[in-house]
Amino acid sequence: MATLTTHPDCVPLISYRFGKGATNIDKYIQLQGYESARKALTMTPDAIIAEMKASNLRGRGGAGFPTGLKWSFVPKQSAKPKYVLVNGDESEPGTCKDRLIFEHDPHAVIEGVIIAALSVQARMGFIYLRGEYRYLLTIMEKAVADAYARGFLGRNIFGSGIDLDVVTQTGAGAYEVGEESALMESLEGKRGIPRIRPPFPAVVGLYGGPTIINNAETIATVPHIFRIGAAAYAKLGTERNGGTRLFCLSGHVNRPGVYELPMGYNLKKMIYEVGGGIPNGKKLKAVVPGGSSTPVLTADEIDIGMDFDQVGKAGSMLGSGGVVVLDETACMVEFALRTMKFYRHESCGWCIPCREGTDWLEKSLIRLHKGGAVDKDIDNIRYLAENMLGRTFCPLGDAAAMPTIAFVKKFRKEFEDHLDGKACPYHHAAALQPALV
Amino acid sequence: MTTLFSPALAARFDKLVGLYPVKRSALVPMLLYAQDEIGYLSDAVIAEVAQRVGISESDVRSVISYYSLLRTHPAGKYNVQVCTNISCMLRGGNEILEHCKKNLGIPNKGVTPDGLFSLEEVECIGACSWAPAAQVNYDFHENLTPDSIDKVLDSYRAQAAPGSKK
Repeated sequence: MATLTTHPDCVPLISYRFGKGATNIDKYIQLQGYESARKALTMTPDAIIAEMKASNLRGRGGAGFPTGLKWSFVPKQSAKPKYVLVNGDESEPGTCKDRLIFEHDPHAVIEGVIIAALSVQARMGFIYLRGEYRYLLTIMEKAVADAYARGFLGRNIFGSGIDLDVVTQTGAGAYEVGEESALMESLEGKRGIPRIRPPFPAVVGLYGGPTIINNAETIATVPHIFRIGAAAYAKLGTERNGGTRLFCLSGHVNRPGVYELPMGYNLKKMIYEVGGGIPNGKKLKAVVPGGSSTPVLTADEIDIGMDFDQVGKAGSMLGSGGVVVLDETACMVEFALRTMKFYRHESCGWCIPCREGTDWLEKSLIRLHKGGAVDKDIDNIRYLAENMLGRTFCPLGDAAAMPTIAFVKKFRKEFEDHLDGKACPYHHAAALQPALV
Repeated sequence: MTTLFSPALAARFDKLVGLYPVKRSALVPMLLYAQDEIGYLSDAVIAEVAQRVGISESDVRSVISYYSLLRTHPAGKYNVQVCTNISCMLRGGNEILEHCKKNLGIPNKGVTPDGLFSLEEVECIGACSWAPAAQVNYDFHENLTPDSIDKVLDSYRAQAAPGSKK
């Protein structure tokens, strides 16, 4: 149902099998499927991790942590069983890429789990999808069953003497569960409350055992790295940012869609050439470059390469690859409010700075948007957000605070335009009223 | 044991609790699948799930209250979930929600008197590049306009109409 959009600049690596019927295991095998797992079976765990490090693959969930390095943190000896956990709880507003992977290439996820498991000698893997993606669970469950039937999962996989079980399941609606430690709690049948770290999941994770946890796109990329070789993969991207990624273009663009582009692809080009520019001859106002948690960029700040380092240098984050485009008619206060409404709703309530901070920020933004705020409220919004930063149990607090600070800092004039009893000058108040207030 | 669930679902649950290193891991998916079959998590459902997983009912309720898809009251046969998060908002998600309220004659979180529809404003459903979007139960409907959502709702009305095959 969800399909990839293409452009001449796209590089079909992760999407190599999309639209080719690769949910069918025979078709998958025909398209070089499970060759990477077979290759990995001939390698030592150290060699697999070395290959992953050489690929310069960085976590596609948002943090951009080098995947090979993450895997290397799992201790070789462990009294407790080790696990591989695939985070397919894709919930970051602006992000809809993992959906395509599960829908079009479920065996790539399984093959990624096999390689990850071999690298740390784990004997069990879990693929956790968000609850809303029920139709994808059906696809994943069939793929897993087919892989078992072929002897690619279960006892003695590929006749190697190694056992590996894989369980698929969905969550039941909770953004917070996309946070790695909360996901483990959820998988243990509990409320998705984050755990204190350290210890990190690589040492103490699921059921207390050392755990590799990676985003679904990260895991699905692994077999492609082994298919084309780490050096070739790394070369597709930029320095320290190997490969390609699925970018989700949404908002005010002529051709929204999920596109696979090389890491480091220019953001301006992505919006104007790949996305076909802004509809109806409107001017660009702002871009949220990597999902709702990432600080907004102004129209003047988008001539940058989309990799973790370059977007970081520009004061934002590459995040989850969700590029949300806003034209000149968008109200930044309304946008900030809708963003905060989300974080307030999704805050698990476990720690006070996040629970109270998101609530007060939403209240302040509602007041501002309705025109009842005073000058001091704008500073208060920023002050509140700045005081949440780094003071919460998990990154959800930062995810709420970071974009808010940027909205106020970069679009202060728009915030001020809402003062002195003036309702939203962009006339969105009527549309917003029933939904938000 | 006597069970509230269909033989197929009961068998699935029997398998599910043995799949994980700890039984309790089966809790969240069990609650979701139970809700899909029964319509909501009634006291009886909660009691049976608690027994199957081997934890207390209050533990089960604590988990239910955390997850937004889980409900302890019936929803409509077709639960219309309209996304108004950022990507959908920019492309008219709020207007789609308002339009659904009018079409169905119910407010956000309301249920129609005949029990056919319920309506919910929801957070991002992962359809950002095909916004605005909604889910009816688990089915995605994307690139919506007021006209197209009318047709979507009509198609569910037709499905539910007497004499319809579904």
